[in-house]
Amino acid sequence: MSKNYKAIGEDIFKNKVEKISLEFFIFTYGSMVIQLIKDYDDYTMVNTTLEKLGYNMGIRLVDDFLSITQFKPCTDFKNVMEILTKVGFKVYLNIVPQLDFQSEIQCTLTLTDNPLAENVELPPDAIENGLWYSNWMTGVIRGALEQIQFIVTTEFTRDVLRGDDTTEIVVTLIKIADENVLAPED
Amino acid sequence: MIYSMYIVNKAGSLVYNKSFNEGLAQLNSNEALILAGTLHSILAITDRVTPENCVKEHKPGGVELIEAEGLLIHCFQTPTGLMFVLICDNQLFQSEPMMYKIYQIYSDYVLKNPFHTPDMPIRSEMFDTQLRNLIRSV
Repeated sequence: MSKNYKAIGEDIFKNKVEKISLEFFIFTYGSMVIQLIKDYDDYTMVNTTLEKLGYNMGIRLVDDFLSITQFKPCTDFKNVMEILTKVGFKVYLNIVPQLDFQSEIQCTLTLTDNPLAENVELPPDAIENGLWYSNWMTGVIRGALEQIQFIVTTEFTRDVLRGDDTTEIVVTLIKIADENVLAPED
Repeated sequence: MIYSMYIVNKAGSLVYNKSFNEGLAQLNSNEALILAGTLHSILAITDRVTPENCVKEHKPGGVELIEAEGLLIHCFQTPTGLMFVLICDNQLFQSEPMMYKIYQIYSDYVLKNPFHTPDMPIRSEMFDTQLRNLIRSV
């Protein structure tokens, strides 16, 4: 099974999705981050807001993803993360992060290539105050997984922009929500 | 022939309800809500009673088709918990490709509209038009 995902991701990226200019994407994301920094003047708030923006995208994006890929529901965290990296990241960002599991419920995505940060150099001030430039991505992952009943926390632990040698996102599974429990009537 | 379509959100409320062809006796809005809620419960329960070893690669879904002499009810649930229901005449057809097309129209014209709040009733002219075109093309 797991070998197919790469091929599926490439096929969908090639044939089924519309593409936009990378420059347009970099400019849009960059100007958004800068505007948030101007508005909040507080890097922690910027991180939180980027995550929230991502979350709101993630909860919508996942249906787009599922309607194109026609994947069936999945109950296995490892399987879901394989799909997320090999198909999800491929389809929307044209990158495939390296996936390593620390345990049954925790894994690290290593981004060898980050299109968001291609032309970015963080000023020392932003590094000192803890800006995670691509923090939007953690929100997208959290939102998308939440919609398919996987409640996770996501955070950046390393970023080449901050002088680390790799860019890493850690995803930790909190629980799998049971959608079959009939919601109590309000 | 497709008489009408319902979309039920993951909490079991009716968020979309549209008739495409004449012939079906009309339900009032209260009855439509009851039908949506009932189908949602049936789907959840049938999903739960499915023997675990019968579908190995993914989670089994619940009921897919309800047959009656005069009509068929096709149900389709997305992994995100949304349910599409098609009420059709008694001509059997493969509904899955159709359901995925509807799912795509939904994600394109409903979810990609930033002013739409997820899980709330769908009011979108573009969505209506696209659906009507799809259903006419069958």
